[in-house]
Amino acid sequence: MRYLPLTAADRRDMLSVIGVKSVDELFRDVPQSARLGAKVAGLPDHLGELEVERAFQAYAAKNVSPSVAPFFIGAGAYRHHVPATVDYMIQRGEFLTSYTPYQPEITQGTLQYLFEFQTQVTLLTGMEVANASMYDGSTGASEAVLMANRVTRRAKALLSGGLHPQYRGIIETTAHWQGFKTVSGKADVEGLEDLIAAVDKETSCVVVQNPSFFGHVRDFAKLAEACHAAGALLIVVVTEVVSLGLLKPPGEMGADIVVCEGQSIGNGLGFGGPYVGLFATKEKYMRQMPGRLVGETVDADGKRGFVLTLSTREQHIRREKATSNICTNAGLCALAFTVHLTLLGEAGLTRLAELNHAKAGQLADRLAAVPGVKVVNASFFNEFTVALPKVAAPVVEALAAKRILGGVPVSRLLPGDASVEKLLLLAATETATDGGMDALVAGLKEVL
Amino acid sequence: MADVKYTDEHEWIRIEGDVGTIGISAYAQEQLGDVVFVDVPAAGRKVAKGESVAVVESVKAASDIYAPASGEIIEANAGLAETPGDVNTEPMGKGWFFKMKLANKSELDGLMDQAAYDAFVKGLS
Amino acid sequence: MDRSQGRTGGIASGSSHEAPTFTRNRALQIEEPLIFEMGQPGRTGVDLPEPPKTRDRLNGLRRAGEIGLPGLSEPQVVQHFTRLSQKNYAIDMGVYPLGSCTMKHNPRINEKVARFAGIGDLHPLQPVSTVQGALELIDRLAHWLKTLTGMPAVAMSPAAGAHGEMCGMMAIAAALEAKGERAQRRTVLAPESAHGTNPATAAALGFTVKPIPANERGRVDLAALKAALGPDVAAIMLTNPNTCGLFESEIVEISTAVHAAGAYFYCDGANFNAIVGRVRPGDLGVDCMHINLHKTFSTPHGGGGPGAGPVVLSAALAPYAPYPWIVKNGDKWVVAEDGAKVEGQPLGRLKAFHGQMGMFTRALAYIMSHGADGLKQVAEDAVLSANYVMASLQETMTPAFDGPCMHEVLFDDSFLKDTGVSTLDFAKAMIDEGYHPMTMYFPLVVHGAMLIEPTESVAKEDLDQFIATLKSLAQRAKSGTEAEAFKAAPLYSPRRRLDETLAARKPILRWRPSNTFKEAAE
Repeated sequence: MRYLPLTAADRRDMLSVIGVKSVDELFRDVPQSARLGAKVAGLPDHLGELEVERAFQAYAAKNVSPSVAPFFIGAGAYRHHVPATVDYMIQRGEFLTSYTPYQPEITQGTLQYLFEFQTQVTLLTGMEVANASMYDGSTGASEAVLMANRVTRRAKALLSGGLHPQYRGIIETTAHWQGFKTVSGKADVEGLEDLIAAVDKETSCVVVQNPSFFGHVRDFAKLAEACHAAGALLIVVVTEVVSLGLLKPPGEMGADIVVCEGQSIGNGLGFGGPYVGLFATKEKYMRQMPGRLVGETVDADGKRGFVLTLSTREQHIRREKATSNICTNAGLCALAFTVHLTLLGEAGLTRLAELNHAKAGQLADRLAAVPGVKVVNASFFNEFTVALPKVAAPVVEALAAKRILGGVPVSRLLPGDASVEKLLLLAATETATDGGMDALVAGLKEVL
Repeated sequence: MADVKYTDEHEWIRIEGDVGTIGISAYAQEQLGDVVFVDVPAAGRKVAKGESVAVVESVKAASDIYAPASGEIIEANAGLAETPGDVNTEPMGKGWFFKMKLANKSELDGLMDQAAYDAFVKGLS
Repeated sequence: MDRSQGRTGGIASGSSHEAPTFTRNRALQIEEPLIFEMGQPGRTGVDLPEPPKTRDRLNGLRRAGEIGLPGLSEPQVVQHFTRLSQKNYAIDMGVYPLGSCTMKHNPRINEKVARFAGIGDLHPLQPVSTVQGALELIDRLAHWLKTLTGMPAVAMSPAAGAHGEMCGMMAIAAALEAKGERAQRRTVLAPESAHGTNPATAAALGFTVKPIPANERGRVDLAALKAALGPDVAAIMLTNPNTCGLFESEIVEISTAVHAAGAYFYCDGANFNAIVGRVRPGDLGVDCMHINLHKTFSTPHGGGGPGAGPVVLSAALAPYAPYPWIVKNGDKWVVAEDGAKVEGQPLGRLKAFHGQMGMFTRALAYIMSHGADGLKQVAEDAVLSANYVMASLQETMTPAFDGPCMHEVLFDDSFLKDTGVSTLDFAKAMIDEGYHPMTMYFPLVVHGAMLIEPTESVAKEDLDQFIATLKSLAQRAKSGTEAEAFKAAPLYSPRRRLDETLAARKPILRWRPSNTFKEAAE
């Protein structure tokens, strides 16, 4: 077995040093009834590298890769070009095969890039402090609500109807089992929802998304004022982080906590994960944050260095009083984010965001010209909703049969809501081509 | 001379009239190591005896501070936000945590005096 | 003290090993600034086309000012992160004996297949007809995990071990709710040696955590456990093999007693590497167990993630598994998503989309590479190696418990008594010898704990070198004359001991133009 260095002779020598005859003796604390005489039944034996590769090629061949099909799917995960440098860098063994930086003397590489990551996140979101990542945006949103409950000592969250339905589902699941209330707005298809009147003295937080699940771009400054007047926090969720290259950051709207799905920068689609959650807040709430934090300090020679800090919030020290049970986070995905964003820089990110917005604008204009298709949004970044003359799900399937990946039927994420069944959510990033848009328009005309 | 008493959680309370000042003992700060943060309660908060009212943190540990008696918090040591190290250098002085108005001084009857506490600490090592 | 002045007083210096150079570099050790201290306006590492002209639809919400991101060219970016990488220790560089973390070899074929077009580039919401192979892949991994654990069901979506714990404990809460016992069963039992995530998870779900004591053999005290069980107990959370590296020899009696009391058995599967392919947790009476794919199944730790924490479930808990899951409908794979009409009472949703697919792919590649035969050998070699370390060091260091141990061996610090050298000092001295230290001060039940997990990936000659190094360090410590040298370690790492007190007292969590660090003028 190519991964196992011990030879039969090594094993014999080691057993004799230990003073036992066989490795079975080392398992003598396992109850007799649970000892397997042989290997686990019903599973195949080991394979060479070539055979493993073939097996995965076979899995891949049964899928339609976005690289060979016109592609317009978003809804919380976005297809962007990731520079080759990013993937090279995260595969360096010193990053890839290192653990959580508990020994700062020999993990300054990880600690410094996490400090750079935290700084980048504060700049993008317009917030004061950020942590070293969450699993992803969806779980981060749920952690943000728990944090708001701690800060306000209240237990009712208002969830916008513009919030990604799966994010809402996770918060509701957490609420049910951890014991707090949620009030959810109905699907905000038009982007006209006003939650101000719903904020009261029991509200711990209001959770909104920008751009919303349906693509609308909104200003939440007045909502933030209303929240603060009532002693509640405003949580802004961003699922398309590239939008922050162009849009007014949530911090400038008065957000108290900002959670982003960071996948769009540096991380491929990967069928849904692993992604990287960005989590930022105001300095005064720093000690209520979940997750790891990297801070600057000096070493015994007075040189600048970085360490994990404020660890007393975390489970390994605070145990049942921890701010979260999170331990492992998304370190390597955070590195991919940081490397890509460093390559982009100020000019590159701005240009990338402009390009996304322009491509989506082109797509919207072309779809608006298709008979029977209506673009719902007056505002959007790189994703918008269209109303079709018929139920959307079969249309998407019919497009898929033509190898066109033409968006997400809203009903997939909001099943059972008849008011959304003709709605289709479409995104266009810098990867969209004129040819791809032509194919989508032509395909739609055929199947509608 | 004010009356100082100790709990078996290594907190001290200095009693002056119906006001108690609370902090942690020299032994406790030594066990914790460098104190980096103290979360002190807000003035006006009503607390019950035994309730967790403050948290003292070092780099690797966090300890809850329990109210040694019932009453109302009247002042927290604001200086600890800037210089938490006062808890290490002057645990019985500048490193105090909070002052409270005592509702029932008889609740303090079971606490140790200096001699009893010294013997208690000696028994721990 | 003002950090911006650099080279502050108050910290023991003693850096005589450092010959001054003009650059402050030391050959391959390059001092590296932050990206924010390197950029120039107008520089970029990407070339993007001019955007086509279209109407602005941003609702008047354009960003007003600059973001503040630095501009670097591609070669600068490559050099920056390469230099940072060289300040890290990693599995690829040598023995990484971090107990309870299973730092085994991370094969590169896993990385390759995870990046195949048609796997790594799939969108999670593509029509299911276009992702049949991806769903089959997840189901295949699920099959392996169920078979290896002897459990009937698995929830694939949890993002890491702690997230899996949350999933498993929610499933237990759901089962209690279905029986009308949730309000009554509010206590969760956990040994004091438990990972911190266990009490954190239980407390988050509103349970009160009650510690159960260990016996002198480092195992759960069965009599004390039985005494603690009652109609108020929801579950026991137990790591097996436990965090002392020992197999709970009375595990069947424990699970029987727990079930007889109407409670459930949550097994923390962090240490599955010791028994994979040799013992099926299902045979021990476990109700649910998370599996850290980034431990047992070699998906890279990546400096602290991403992980993946699928949870296997017993028949009693399977009906409460969260969305989504994959089922075969005729010859088609379909996904049961939120709102789908299904059997059972799903506890809800824990994560967007399908879980950590990239980790699933890597883990499955690892599992297929080993097969049932190789995985059994993994457990045997891991346990053999840990016992070899224990046997070789038992005269020099002090094992906390009698053997045999499982895949990791626990020492206490009694061999350092009166030497002036602490567990921390000993670990820092290992850094100068070229090793990553073992896990220190965990589990909490042993004084000055040192938990060594060599894994199956270390060749015998490398284990021998590691053992010889620890012997040498222990002898130096015991000589009684070198405490100061230990206190000064490490000397040769990219940074020496860092001032964690300063970091925590005055947290600096981001770069600001005003806190650019300047070394003091000499």
